[in-house]
Amino acid sequence: MDQFSSMFVLALNYATPIIIASLGGLYSERSGIVNIGLEGIMLVGAFVAASFTPLFENQLGTITPWIAIFLAMVAGGIYSLIHAYVSIDLRGNQTVSGTALNMLSVGITVYFCQIIFNQQRTQAFRNGFIKQTVPVLSKIPIVGRLFFTRIYPTFFVALAIALITWFVIAKTRFGLRLRASGEHPSAVDSMGVSVRKMRYTGVLLSGLLSGLAGGIMVLTQSTQFTVFSIHGVGFIAIAALIFGQWHPLGVLGAGFFFGFSQIFSIYSTDFKVLQNVPKEFFNMLPYVLTILAILVFSRKSVGPKAVGQPYDISKR
Amino acid sequence: MKKLLTLSLVILLIFSLTACQTNTPAPAPAPTEETPAEETPADETPAEEPAPAGEKISVGLVTDTGGIDDKSFNQGTWEGVVRYAEEKGLVLNEDYSFLQSISDADYIPNLSQFADQEVDLIVAAGFLFEKAIQEIATNYPDQKILFIDAVVDAPNVMNAVFAEHEGSFLVGVAAALKAQEAGKNMVGFVGGADFELIQRFEAGFEQGVKMVDPDMEIVIQYASGFDKAEEGQSLATKMFDDGCYVIYHAAGGTGNGVIKEAKDRATEGQDVWVIGVDKDQYEEGFYGDGSKSVILTSMLKAVDEAAYVAAKSVEDGTFQGGIHMFDLKANGVRIPEENPNLTDEWVQKINEFAEKIKNGEIEVDPVPSRVKGN
Repeated sequence: MDQFSSMFVLALNYATPIIIASLGGLYSERSGIVNIGLEGIMLVGAFVAASFTPLFENQLGTITPWIAIFLAMVAGGIYSLIHAYVSIDLRGNQTVSGTALNMLSVGITVYFCQIIFNQQRTQAFRNGFIKQTVPVLSKIPIVGRLFFTRIYPTFFVALAIALITWFVIAKTRFGLRLRASGEHPSAVDSMGVSVRKMRYTGVLLSGLLSGLAGGIMVLTQSTQFTVFSIHGVGFIAIAALIFGQWHPLGVLGAGFFFGFSQIFSIYSTDFKVLQNVPKEFFNMLPYVLTILAILVFSRKSVGPKAVGQPYDISKR
Repeated sequence: MKKLLTLSLVILLIFSLTACQTNTPAPAPAPTEETPAEETPADETPAEEPAPAGEKISVGLVTDTGGIDDKSFNQGTWEGVVRYAEEKGLVLNEDYSFLQSISDADYIPNLSQFADQEVDLIVAAGFLFEKAIQEIATNYPDQKILFIDAVVDAPNVMNAVFAEHEGSFLVGVAAALKAQEAGKNMVGFVGGADFELIQRFEAGFEQGVKMVDPDMEIVIQYASGFDKAEEGQSLATKMFDDGCYVIYHAAGGTGNGVIKEAKDRATEGQDVWVIGVDKDQYEEGFYGDGSKSVILTSMLKAVDEAAYVAAKSVEDGTFQGGIHMFDLKANGVRIPEENPNLTDEWVQKINEFAEKIKNGEIEVDPVPSRVKGN
């Protein structure tokens, strides 16, 4: 039990940035814009958070990481506007634009590191987020051990965002319009709702959440920002989005699942049954299952119908 | 109108970009180096034969994209060059200089630039240079080259490699002493990837720990890369949970995750330690109000020493190609000079072991027992 619970907490920790970035991708894709720039936006977020923390932690104390991830969120939002402008206003190719975000982020963050810290990485921060044990709740049997013992508070941020996203997408007028922009933009337009505005909002939300995810990732898992700080988690988030079938709660589950398979690779030697399974198998599992999910669901085509296509009002 | 504006902007952008590209690597350092290019041949001709000591030599360092202030190999190497140059009264940008590479594609042009200027010694650090060094060594067979921390087989290339197992032995001793003091009997090792180089760290650490306490348990874990902080953190969580007291990491960015986990635990009041690698990582281990660090000590590779020794050998005319092992005896690996988390008594003990390794009393095996057993 003890072992399972520490695995569980580790998996939640690992899953947190994946879930948040993936939910960001969900807003964008549901509005009809493919955003494979999540990785790059996360990198920008990570850079901002990891730069702010060492510079201000002496003055601001324990509240620093919270301000840092807020700034990471804002930076991610601003950075994503490049993608929005290119793919919505200029009707550029969304894949190319997203790739450009990814590549630009590597150069731009290291460039600013050089300017601010005179090196290719940020200065190491002292604490970032710290694992916490919630006083009363951790005493609850089982649940207390799984969710409230030695856990980063940011996990609850991810959980909250997932629930809010579910509510917004499924229950609100805004959610309906956002989904419609991704499925049938001309219908949205004919009802007098601006597709452009909906899509801008979608991309902006994806930028905000990815930036947040990047900031959380570096402040919970590392000691400083390097150009490898994100190393593909943005792409894993896209895989989680597909595996979760563009549904907020599906994404939440996919994030947990990806986290677990990662942690299994570390703990596999402790289980007799799994001892002969190579570590790499568990590292590979999420992606194999994502491909399988695409195969299985390809006929149903659950993804937004108009995703990836620029909306051209003249073609209505 | 709008289109015209966009077009002109795009053109402006393109021009500014291309302008940057052609300008930065070449002319910026060139003017300063034009002078030595003309001067060096005169200086250098006698240096070809075993030169009288005190003869001025010229040194050129090519950095990777990190630059000479990367707080890592480039910086260390440059410090070695500077130390030599200052001793000999060499003039910056005349007798010794560096070229920074903006991208991987700059390695060969930068190396050739120095080779064309006929500097006495070209220095480069890191396996990224492997192909470029190979090419330059073939094209300029008389050019003396020092290649640090990797190997290119050419008669004019001196390869500086380090005895990581010997340095790791020393930090293994430190880990075991610290654990003994706390009454703990388990320490751990996290490697970035399971291959020969990193196994040397594991082997030395293992033998160092066993030397102090043969009953001490050592947990060995390998991550799936050098850039996965979250994996390092998860591994460290498991290892600390299992009862490890000190973890030695040889895992680069993955090791940052190990340090993060230790910092989290230290902030909560747990007593855990990490041993750093390659450079003194003490500052990266600060937690709480910044007065304490979780870094017990670090295993340093003295790349500066390699640069210094190589420059000296060019001056003496003793420069030789091939592999040069920088071990404890050659001052190639060591622990930091200041170790606030080690007692003087322990440092003394570690130095005693270092002496024993130097005079051959203890021989550190570069292959871990785990691999030998297979």
